[in-house]
Amino acid sequence: MADITIKITDREGVIHEVQAPTDMAMNLMEVVRSYELAPEGTIGVCGGMAMCASCQCYVNSNHDLPAMSPDEDAMLADAFYVEDNSRLGCQIHLTKDLEGLEVEIAPES
Amino acid sequence: MIKTDILIIGAGPTGLFTVFEAGLLKLKCHLIDALPQPGGQCSEIYPKKPIYDIPAYPEILAGDLTAKLLEQIKPFDPGFTLGERADTIQKLDNGMFVVTTNKGTKHQAPVVAIAGGLGSFEPRKPPIPSIANFEDKGVEYIIRDPEIYRNKKVLIAGGGDSALDWTIFLTQIASEVTLVHRRNEFRGALDSVEKVQALKNAGQINLITPGEVQEIHGDTHVSGVTILKNKNEKIDLEVDHFIPLFGLSPKLGPIANWGLEIEKNAIKVNNALDYQTNIPGIYAIGDVNTYPGKLKLILCGFHEATLMCQSAYQRIHPDKKHVMKYTTVGGVVGFDGTKKEAPKSVVKKIE
Repeated sequence: MADITIKITDREGVIHEVQAPTDMAMNLMEVVRSYELAPEGTIGVCGGMAMCASCQCYVNSNHDLPAMSPDEDAMLADAFYVEDNSRLGCQIHLTKDLEGLEVEIAPES
Repeated sequence: MIKTDILIIGAGPTGLFTVFEAGLLKLKCHLIDALPQPGGQCSEIYPKKPIYDIPAYPEILAGDLTAKLLEQIKPFDPGFTLGERADTIQKLDNGMFVVTTNKGTKHQAPVVAIAGGLGSFEPRKPPIPSIANFEDKGVEYIIRDPEIYRNKKVLIAGGGDSALDWTIFLTQIASEVTLVHRRNEFRGALDSVEKVQALKNAGQINLITPGEVQEIHGDTHVSGVTILKNKNEKIDLEVDHFIPLFGLSPKLGPIANWGLEIEKNAIKVNNALDYQTNIPGIYAIGDVNTYPGKLKLILCGFHEATLMCQSAYQRIHPDKKHVMKYTTVGGVVGFDGTKKEAPKSVVKKIE
């Protein structure tokens, strides 16, 4: 079984429990898009290059996430509504270690 | 009034390539783009990033793709209205469309091709209460005329190249320059970071990091701001101008009100035929359109532009007979008098 379960809170506050594959080189932003949990054009605007922050999310579970690249770090430094648990969804690649991940999509800006 | 055959809204890769396909059909194009330079996302978001799925280019930088497209369309002498956003469209009794920009520039054409990508790039506005009340009253997201800052107290916020570059530049003009950034680290060209460091060391700028502007003060014009430094220290600063430089993000914008059928932030088109919208004569190509199976890829935009131009030709010349001609056969005859054609082979007898 290559799927993991992720809990995603959308921008309206609705919680979605979704299944995401770990064998398709998918990232969290792409999962949100594939389930259409945020309107097209409001998430993943740059396509996943850590260059727009439209996929910013807050990580609410204690998972061991991959370290931030300098690009992601710098983008978040210029983004709005940033909290200590902010990450860019496009930089979080799905692995089986992320089973049970809980995230909230940050407001659009 | 600017008059043309095909008015293209958006000067990204799809819009630029449209000029080439239209040119082969002897149709002239004019492009409108909100950005000050052509290339769309390729030049604004990721000019230094490689693209690997342009046919016959195993790898090409987005900025180089833009440069090559501009070179390819040069013979067809496209017109450009740059730094202006297409705001309104009007259909005249004779079937012509008139598109007016936010600066009032009017364009007339029988065919409009919307190649608007994800929309027009607008400055990202920090979520500070009352910021909207001070826009153009001391808050400027884009620096248009640096002279307005002469002998004024200016505050710049942001951590990228434009924040650094304008800090360096405005030090020459303004009476006082303050740079605020949420981090101690800046993301910019090394040279710019070093220059700002030198200005700080020399006491020529006021650097507040990590800091964030929280409030804007003033009656009819900005008179000061409150900055939160180190997440706990409030600093009140007198300034005449606050310039937030947090980059640009695309918004579909006024096009959404043109009466076009919109689905998922994109314009619905007829993909069985010619990428025409629900309004005859208005086409939508590239990332801005949607249809079953749509993929937002540059190469798909090129294909859509090509089919769209054939349809536009028939619309403009309903009675003219026409067949598609290969460029290898017909060459490329530019509007500027240039001609490219395949070299003729030599026919010579061997004794």
